[in-house]
Amino acid sequence: MPADTGHTVPNDELIRFTNVTKRFGDNTVLDDLCFSVRPGKHVTLIGPSGSGKTTILRLLMTLTMPDSGTIDVDGGRLFPADERQRREVRKRIGMVFQQFNLFPNMTVLRNITEAPVRVLGLSGDEAEERARGLLDLVGLADRAGARPSQLSGGQQQRVAIARALAMRPRVLLLDEVTSALDPELVAGVLDVLRDIARTTDITMLCVTHEMNFARDISDEVLMFDAGKVIESGPPEKMFSEPENARTREFLGAVL
Amino acid sequence: MTWDWSAVADFMPRFWDGVLVTLQILVLGSLLSFTLGLVWALALRSESRFVRWPVGLVTEFIRNTPLLVQLFFLFFVLPEWGVQFSALATGTLAIGLHYSTYTAQVYRAGIDAVPAGQWEAATALSLPAHRTWTAVILPQAVRRIAPALGNYVIAMLKDTPLLAGIGVLEMLQQSRLESAATFQYTEPLTVVGIAFILIAYPASLLVRTLERRLAR
Repeated sequence: MPADTGHTVPNDELIRFTNVTKRFGDNTVLDDLCFSVRPGKHVTLIGPSGSGKTTILRLLMTLTMPDSGTIDVDGGRLFPADERQRREVRKRIGMVFQQFNLFPNMTVLRNITEAPVRVLGLSGDEAEERARGLLDLVGLADRAGARPSQLSGGQQQRVAIARALAMRPRVLLLDEVTSALDPELVAGVLDVLRDIARTTDITMLCVTHEMNFARDISDEVLMFDAGKVIESGPPEKMFSEPENARTREFLGAVL
Repeated sequence: MTWDWSAVADFMPRFWDGVLVTLQILVLGSLLSFTLGLVWALALRSESRFVRWPVGLVTEFIRNTPLLVQLFFLFFVLPEWGVQFSALATGTLAIGLHYSTYTAQVYRAGIDAVPAGQWEAATALSLPAHRTWTAVILPQAVRRIAPALGNYVIAMLKDTPLLAGIGVLEMLQQSRLESAATFQYTEPLTVVGIAFILIAYPASLLVRTLERRLAR
């Protein structure tokens, strides 16, 4: 490979990890990891806790830095890169967190319009129109003026999804988005995500313990163990006839 | 010793002048301490140790030396270096500066108490740093620390008589002038004591209400 091809990631790869290693102290969380995600695909990361799944999302969100390797997203380099460039690339990535992380000091509407106005430079009216459309999509059109604390966990997570989508990201990162929810609220959130997966071309990278949901929306499932992808494939194959013994063991325990 | 109501009446003109000065010190001193305290707190979070260390040193020094010493220093030593303010300005500056080193600790605790997820959400939305601070972190931090700041305002009120030491005409100094002129000590000092209670007690009730309301 010529030396100056750092930014020429093939067109059919929206996300590319190349030889990424991440350590926390003596603990190697990602070990020389390589994988890529094609545009519009919905990829689910599964594996035991501590296997590095969430670290991948946090790297993409620039919440943590790799020790070595390169990460490219949508033709731009995320690592290694200076803060300015990281910001540019990060704008195309949205994230939904396990604990929602809505801003409690803002109304639902302001939560959604804040970044489009301040980061993308939308006018207040444009941002509000976009926000109201998204609130409609997640079934909360009537709660625009509420505070996050007045909403149920499921509603808060749907607002968080709307907030992430308001930035029109190319990639949506979903970090165990239902694990903090009461069981009866999970379905509402998953329905919204299924809807988005079906009706948009947004690329999704998803860490979840909801294997039914993973089976339902994924184009590809990656099985992680000890910082490496040990097996990958379409969900039909991964969930019914995995080849790797570790995958079989893991799925046997969670399904 | 007999209580002389006419001495109370005679003291009133001076007393009200003193009340105004005390309140002026309190308001300006509070604003100064709130503002400087935030500056210190942010500087102490700076990534550069060339900012962190000097600010840490200076604030620790101010916080751990007596206010009265600082007052005397600013009032009597600075003029030798050609820097001279009125007693009132010096006193207000000293008390605001002194208390800013306490409010800095309060801000720090308030900022640290904002959950990491709030920072992460702001990063995930690519909010610029100044917007993360002004729209997300500080509103949540200040909400948490408002009662603690209120308590320092009350403590500051009770420290304002120290300014009598450099001749500021606040309530205590006015009572001393009154006594010096009339040889009556009981009435002016009692009036001043009662005035402090009448300001401080409702203020502490207000802080407690604030605490309860914010806890919900």
